[in-house]
Amino acid sequence: MSIWEYANPVKFMRTSGAALPFVVAGAALCTVVGLVWGFLTPLDYKQGSTVKIIFLHVPAALMAINIWLMMLVASLIWLIRRHHVSALAAKAAAPVGAVMTLIALMTGAIWGQPMWGTWWEWDPRLTSFLVLFLFYLGYMALWGAVEDADSAADLTGVLCLVGSVFAILSRYAVNFWNQGLHQGASLSLAPGERMSAVYRYPLYLTMLGFFLLFLALLLIRTRTEIRRRRLAALLARENRR
Amino acid sequence: MTELGKYAATVLAAYGVSLALLAAIIVQSVIANARARRELREHENRG
Repeated sequence: MSIWEYANPVKFMRTSGAALPFVVAGAALCTVVGLVWGFLTPLDYKQGSTVKIIFLHVPAALMAINIWLMMLVASLIWLIRRHHVSALAAKAAAPVGAVMTLIALMTGAIWGQPMWGTWWEWDPRLTSFLVLFLFYLGYMALWGAVEDADSAADLTGVLCLVGSVFAILSRYAVNFWNQGLHQGASLSLAPGERMSAVYRYPLYLTMLGFFLLFLALLLIRTRTEIRRRRLAALLARENRR
Repeated sequence: MTELGKYAATVLAAYGVSLALLAAIIVQSVIANARARRELREHENRG
């Protein structure tokens, strides 16, 4: 069996349909339990109850970056091997990535106000995240603006390659410039910097929950795109007769 | 019930905004999928 078998829409629909209930159940379980567990954690001695925002902010930021990288891989598969399912999967992932980026930006602003004394700062990580959000919007707009589906997949694939610079920057900006308000890795393993297990375990669970939630939405939305493509092909065939 | 202290409004705003956005993308995805499935089925049944 080869992974390229899933480039066949029929095979993809059959396999994703069978997997979807389990992915949805796992996503619901991990996200709900993780968020409730995180909400019930004790107050931090420095940040008070605002520490509970980490259970939304970090998983959303993690997914915002990694969804773009998933779109990059899917776009490269489309550009190199011309598998339609991969182009549709990239298209399907973009709105979910945009929502994750928006959650990371908004929870960051809400958290930053009491902790940093400001909603926003033109800090390297915050700025690169804002640019990443704009790339998500541009990517979706480009899909909507180009009528021919293959041309749209080509153009958005190239845009995805360019935007990957900001996806990587948003992760490593703190290390590159070593300035700004945002701290480095939230899950540092360095001695003395490691997060307490009280917060770490619910955070791991919400990260898994957000990943499974993305996977569930990706499968649902890719199935939607395949159905729309199939309907468009049927209508085009009828119009030619 | 958990203690939120003086930052209760901040924490609740963060959870409220995030859960609303997550709910919106979930509902939109499910509705769009159901619509695409219905339209394709109707077309195939007609043809």
